[in-house]
Amino acid sequence: MSLDAKIPEGPLDQKWIKYRSTIPLVNPANKRNLEVIVVGSGLAGSSAAATLAEMGYKVKVFCFQDSARRAHSIAAQGGINAAKNYQNDGDSVYRLFYDTIKGGDYRAREANVYRLADVSTSIIDQCVAQGVPFAREYGGMLSNRSFGGTQVQRTFYAAGQTGQQLLLGAYSAMMRQVGLNKIQMFSRHEMLDVVMIDGKCRGIIARDLVSGKIERHFGHAVLLCTGGYGNVFYLSTNAMGSNVTASWKAYKRGAYFGNPCFTQIHPTCIPVSGDHQSKLTLMSESLRNDGRIWVPKKQNDERKPTDIPEDERDYYLERRYPAFGNLVPRDVASRAAKERCDAGYGVGKSKMAVYLDFADSINRLGKNVIKERYGNLFEMYEKITGEDPYSTPMRIYPAVHYTMGGLWVDYNLMTTIPGLYALGEANFSDHGANRLGASALMQGLADGYFVIPYTIGAYLADEIRTKSISTDHPAFAAAEEEVTKRLQSFLSINGTQTVESFHKRLGKIMWDKCGMARSEEGLKEAIQQIRTLRQEFYTNIRVPGSAFEYNPELEKAGRVADFIELGELMCIDALQRGESCGGHFREEHQTEDGEALRHDNKYMYVSAWEFKGVEHDPALHKEELNYEVIKPSQRNYK
Amino acid sequence: MKITLKVWRQKNSKEKGQFETYSLNSVSEDMSFLEMFDVLNEQLIREGKDPVAFDHDCREGICGMCSMYINGRAHGPMQGTTTCQLHMRHFNDGDTIVVEPWRAEPFPVIKDLVVNRSAFDRIIASGGYVSVNTGNAQDANSLPIAKHIADEAFAAAACIGCGACVAACKNSSAMLFVSAKVSQLSMLPQGKPERESRVVAMVKKMDEEGFGNCTNTGACEAECPKEISVMNIARLNREYIRAALASEEDV
Ligand SMILES: Cc1cc2nc3c(=O)[nH]c(=O)nc-3n(C[C@H](O)[C@H](O)[C@H](O)COP(=O)(O)OP(=O)(O)OC[C@H]3O[C@@H](n4cnc5c(N)ncnc54)[C@H](O)[C@@H]3O)c2cc1C
Ligand code: SF4
Ligand code: FES
Repeated sequence: MSLDAKIPEGPLDQKWIKYRSTIPLVNPANKRNLEVIVVGSGLAGSSAAATLAEMGYKVKVFCFQDSARRAHSIAAQGGINAAKNYQNDGDSVYRLFYDTIKGGDYRAREANVYRLADVSTSIIDQCVAQGVPFAREYGGMLSNRSFGGTQVQRTFYAAGQTGQQLLLGAYSAMMRQVGLNKIQMFSRHEMLDVVMIDGKCRGIIARDLVSGKIERHFGHAVLLCTGGYGNVFYLSTNAMGSNVTASWKAYKRGAYFGNPCFTQIHPTCIPVSGDHQSKLTLMSESLRNDGRIWVPKKQNDERKPTDIPEDERDYYLERRYPAFGNLVPRDVASRAAKERCDAGYGVGKSKMAVYLDFADSINRLGKNVIKERYGNLFEMYEKITGEDPYSTPMRIYPAVHYTMGGLWVDYNLMTTIPGLYALGEANFSDHGANRLGASALMQGLADGYFVIPYTIGAYLADEIRTKSISTDHPAFAAAEEEVTKRLQSFLSINGTQTVESFHKRLGKIMWDKCGMARSEEGLKEAIQQIRTLRQEFYTNIRVPGSAFEYNPELEKAGRVADFIELGELMCIDALQRGESCGGHFREEHQTEDGEALRHDNKYMYVSAWEFKGVEHDPALHKEELNYEVIKPSQRNYK
Repeated sequence: MKITLKVWRQKNSKEKGQFETYSLNSVSEDMSFLEMFDVLNEQLIREGKDPVAFDHDCREGICGMCSMYINGRAHGPMQGTTTCQLHMRHFNDGDTIVVEPWRAEPFPVIKDLVVNRSAFDRIIASGGYVSVNTGNAQDANSLPIAKHIADEAFAAAACIGCGACVAACKNSSAMLFVSAKVSQLSMLPQGKPERESRVVAMVKKMDEEGFGNCTNTGACEAECPKEISVMNIARLNREYIRAALASEEDV
C-alpha cells in the first residue's frame, strides 16, 4: 500500500480552512444511525466523544480505569500552548507552527502542525467556556508562562494541575452527553482487539475487567485515543496502567506504526531511589522558568549543595546555550544532564542526578510567589524525597515521559485501516522527533474537539447506507475466540516468574540500549535480548487466578506481552534511522560538540512499519516529508 | 523495616471478607505505601497465592484511583496525602498496619481493596458541567474573572474524586465531593446560568445513589487528600436555598 497522507492542496495557511468546508456533511437523521466507538477517555478521547455526541452520532466510550476522569491526561502538570498572543510578545500561529517544527527537529508534517497551531486558540476559548479555572492575573485576564524551546509566553496553566483541569472540563462535557443518553460509557473495560470486516474496521472486542466477560461491540468507525507507550521502559512518568495494547492490536491487524523509536526523555524528574521503584515522578518543565540547573565543578563533590559556593558551580545549560539557557528543549537538556553525570559530576547518593535550584528566584521574587506558581510540585517533591526544595535544591534526572511515535495517521487522523482512527498521544503525532512542552495537551484537544469532528465526516458520509452489523458476524466470533485463547494461554503457562519481573527486565534493556543514547551495536544486542526474553516469557510466567474474575495480573500479562513485541520494533526502527534527530540520539551521528547530527538527504521521512508476523521482520514504508515553507537547518539554541 | 500488614481480603461483592495477616521483612523507607503492596504481591504470586487487588494508576496523587483505609483513616495518617503519595518513612520498624477498603454502601466492594465508585460519575452526569457545545465559545479573555474568584474556583476544582470524604464520614455523605463541583461552577461566570438547576439535580442524584446526609462532623475535610474546604458545603447549602427560592418565584 502506498502511503498517502491526504494533505489538501493550497497554500499552507489555507489548507485546513478550505478543506474543512469541502468535507461532506452527514445529515442529522443519518448521524443518529451512525455508531462511533471511542477507546480512551483522556483529553483526546473525551473531547472527541463529547463533540461527536453533541453533533448527533451514537457514541460508546471505553476506558480501563474505574472512571473516565482518571485517564492519564489528569497527571499533566505544566500547561497547554496556544498562539493567543495575549502577552503581546510577538507570538502568532506561524511562530507556534515554526517552533513546533523546529522543536521536532524537522521530522513532522508541515500541514498537520500548521493546523494544530491554527486551532490552538479555539481550545483555550472552549476550555474557559466549560469553566476550566486557568490561572489569571489581578486584572482578571488569563496568565501565561514560558516553556522550553520557545522565547514567547504562550503557555496557559492551572497551577501545576493543568491536565487535571482540562481533563475535568472534557470529562464533564462527555458526562453531560452520558446523562443525555447520547454516550454509553464503559469504564473498567479493556479493548483487546479490533474487528475487521471486508477490509474496514467495524468494531472491537473488549473485556469487562470486573466480571472477566469478553464483549463484542460494533461501530461504523473506531477511534483509538489510548495514550502513549512510555511504560515499555518499565520506569516512566506515565501512570501504571498506561500501555500500548490497543495500538498494538491495531498494528497487528494492519495499521502501520509510525516512528516507534521517537521517545521523549524528560530532563526534570525525581531520580530513582531504589529497586522497589514502580514509577518516576515528573517535576514540570515550567520549573525551569525559575529554577537554575547546575552541578559542582569538581567531580564526586560530597558537600551539601548549599555549602558549595557560587563560583564552584557549573550552570552547564547557561554555559552551553546562552540564548535559551535553562529553557532549551527537552532532548537537549536531558542529554546535557546525562553527559555531566556520565563524566562524574552527578550528585546525590546514586550520582545520577543534577540540581534544580530555586534559591535565586526565591531571593528575587519571594517564597510566596514561588509557592503560588509551583506549590503543589514542591509538596510532591517533599513527599517523595523527604527534602524541602525551598531550602535545598531539588535533585533531578531525566526519565521517559512521552512517545512521539504511534499509529501512523493521515491528515484525517485515519490509520492505514479504513474506519480506524488514532488521536492524541496514540498517533505518531505532530511533534516529529521531539515534542515541545505543553504541546501534548494542545494536540490531544485539537484532535478531539476540532479535527476529528470534521474529518470523520469524510468517511462516514459514505457509510450512511451501512446498517449496524450484528456482532454475531463470523469476524466478531473469530476475534473473540482469539482473545479468549490468548488469555487462557497466559494462565496455563504456570511458570515461576512474575509478569512484573519480565517487565523490569524489558525496561532495563530498553533504557540501556534504546534510551537517551543509542548505537548500532547496542541496538543489535537489544533485539536479540528482547527475542530471548519473549521466548522465556511465554514459557515461564505465572499468572494467578482465572479469566472470569477481576484479575489485574492477567491484564498486566497481556500488556507486558505487547510491550515486549513493541520493544523489538522500537529497536528495529532506531537501528534503521542512521542519524540523530530530536529524542533519537545515535552515538555514531553527532557534531563535534556533541549535538544531534541529522542527515536530511537520507532520513527526511516518517518510518511507517507494517506487521508481517511476530517471527518476521516488519516492512518499512516511508512517508517523505516535504518542507515547503520552512527551511530545515541544524537546530541552534545557542 | 519489618512491617506486619492486616489486609481485608474479599473475593467479590457477594462473598464475605476477612482480614489476613502478612509480614514483610525488608521494607525500605523510601518506598511508597503502594510499592510495599507491590512487594507483597510479588511474594504472594511466587508462593502461588492470590495477590491483593487494589486500585491505583497515576501514583502521583492526582488521578484519585488509589483508595486504602489505613489504620482507621482514609489514605492513612498524613494530612493532605493520597495513599500513593504516602511513604514508608512515616511508619516505624515493627509496626502493624491495618488496611481496609472504603466502606460505604454506595461504594460496593469489587474485590479486596477495590470498590465501585461509579456513583460519582452518575452525579457529575446529572449536572456537574456547563452546557456549552464545542464551537460555542467566545474569546477566552472576553470575560475577565477576578483573580481571587479564579483561585477559589480552582481550589474547589482540585478535587480528585477519590471518595475518601465518603469513606471518612459516618453517614457516608458525598457532600464534600458534590459541593466542590457546585462551588467551582457557581462561582465562575460561565457556570452561573445553570447554577439553580445544577445544584438541584446533583443533590437529587446524590440522594438517589444512597449517600447519607451531612451532619457537619467535618471528618471529610480532615481526610480529604486535596484539603477541599467544608466552606464548599456551606456554599452548596446557600446555592440550594437560592435555587429553592428561585423556583418559588417561578411559580
Ligand atoms: C506526568 C506527566 C505530565 C505531563 N505534563 C504535560 C504538560 O504539562 N503539558 C502537555 O502538553 N503535556 C503533558 N504531558 C503529556 C500529556 O499529558 C499526554 O500526552 C496526554 O495527556 C495524552 O492524552 P491522551 O488523551 O492521548 O491519552 P491518555 O490521557 O493517556 O488516555 C488514554 C486513555 O485510553 C484508555 N485506554 C488505554 N488503553 C486502553 C485499552 N486497551 N482499552 C480501553 N481503554 C484504554 C485509558 O483508560 C485512558 O482513558 C504530561 C505527561 C505526563 C506523564
Ligand atoms: S472532596 Fe476530597 S476526599 Fe472527597 S472526593 Fe474530592 S478529593 Fe477525594
Ligand atoms: S494512584 Fe492516582 S491518586 Fe493515587
